Amino acid sequence: MAEFLSLQDAVSRYISNGDTVAMEGFTHLIPFAAGHEIIRQEKRDLTLIRMTPDLIYDQMIGAGCAKKLIFSWGGNPGVGSLHRLRDAVEKGWPNKLEILEHSHAAMANAYEAGAAGLPLAVLRGYVGSDLPKVNDQIKFIECPFTGERLAAVPSVRPDVAVIHAQRADRKGNVLVEGIIGIQKEAVLAAKRSIVTVEEIVDDLGASVNACVIPSWAITAIAVAPRGSRPSYALGYYDRDNAFYQEWDGIARDRETFQAWLKENVFEKTAEEGAA
Amino acid sequence: MSLEFTSSEMMSITAARALNNDMTCFVGIGLPSEAANLARLTHAPDITLIYESGTLQTRPDVLPLSIGDGELCESALTTVSVPEMFRYWLQGGHISVGFLGTAQIDRFANLNTTLIGDYREPKVRLPGGGGAPEIATNAKEVFITVKHSKRTFVKDVDFVTTVGFGRDGKARDNVPNIGKGPTVVITDLCILKPDPETKELVVTSLHPGVTRDDVIEATGWEIRFADQLDTTPEPTAQELEVLRDLKARTKAHHSGQ
Repeated sequence: MAEFLSLQDAVSRYISNGDTVAMEGFTHLIPFAAGHEIIRQEKRDLTLIRMTPDLIYDQMIGAGCAKKLIFSWGGNPGVGSLHRLRDAVEKGWPNKLEILEHSHAAMANAYEAGAAGLPLAVLRGYVGSDLPKVNDQIKFIECPFTGERLAAVPSVRPDVAVIHAQRADRKGNVLVEGIIGIQKEAVLAAKRSIVTVEEIVDDLGASVNACVIPSWAITAIAVAPRGSRPSYALGYYDRDNAFYQEWDGIARDRETFQAWLKENVFEKTAEEGAA
Repeated sequence: MSLEFTSSEMMSITAARALNNDMTCFVGIGLPSEAANLARLTHAPDITLIYESGTLQTRPDVLPLSIGDGELCESALTTVSVPEMFRYWLQGGHISVGFLGTAQIDRFANLNTTLIGDYREPKVRLPGGGGAPEIATNAKEVFITVKHSKRTFVKDVDFVTTVGFGRDGKARDNVPNIGKGPTVVITDLCILKPDPETKELVVTSLHPGVTRDDVIEATGWEIRFADQLDTTPEPTAQELEVLRDLKARTKAHHSGQ
């Protein structure tokens, strides 16, 4: 059964320096509150996995939490670059960042294979791409039945998965609605999982085929209202597209980034951050 | 009596015209999304638009800033998980057109969205592949729209993120279960199509007011022109009105929150 913890306790208990951490949410339901708590607790040497690093990993990389990034699209959606990610890759600031990059299809398959307990994922992918030349985790195998050449990548098996969802019931069953991305797969692929939710309710109000993650498949649940801002939670609040555009200016420069981080993360508690 | 329009508007409207009602289009964010929704709001009201965030058959009222804006989900027929999107709907063969943008494109329509310079020591790090590498091979054909400049149109891309026809034009030969690849590239200057034999991009139509020299100047290789070189039809008043309304609505929406 999932344990109900404060966000501070969940992060301090279940995320350690050096862990491989997957914080998912495909544009929607990105677990920003948890990311900020990881920054506040000054976790280090994390291997961060995420299809779209987005602002959350830009902030964590700029804050010095990461030593390695596994990803498939590292931009600020519709705006441009992730400047902290670029600064780490191009200039090694604040520390050198190793990167391993895939395509979306490969990462989606790798998460699903992780959830399925398989060592690898197989897909019809990477044909003609240079990505296999720079990522030694992309191999090709021959289908034993047809002889077709297919791409293979290792499954994603993180130490910890962190996701945000709309709500949990009092037993700790979680409902994810809207763009459900890869969250269920991330939780099931990981050894441990932290789920932040907008609220706890008596009844999830889930339709029969809804994306519900049972309590017994989750390690810890923390309430974090507005915990995915400036991303969004369908049914609760909209994506703050204006902030995504402002971020370009904040993150472009190391000093403005550090001032932002101090004011909006370090000088706030988990509860204030949520409010 | 000629209408006033910008080269960007000419590009979006021409790209929109490449789409039709019967297509199932996997839409990239940015210029492809603008063109695809313009098509839906003008001549192709029943076109099926699919975004990689899992939104199937979506009809957004404003253009999404990201691939996963709430608007896409709320106006979709249904929303599936990301692995389902890539495995069943794309790899499963349900996409007729992949519509992509790019940072760099070369004479064989290979796309680079990974980096400029050397991989280990990049001059400029770009976002990376995202959905494009598999959209380009698993969709039945690929349309590309991108602004024309010497920086973008290079002889050989620094990195093949997403294959067009490979470094030699032959990357798709004898590969089973692969789409036709890029069939048209629409820029703010012209329309290009791959030569049926060599697969090298050839200009087939110049936009109104654009000269051969304009295209030569903006292309990083010795660009060829089709023997039968057309002039792209001008935008209509209705196309321009719908496009301008869409862009104004979108701008107000994204800055107003």
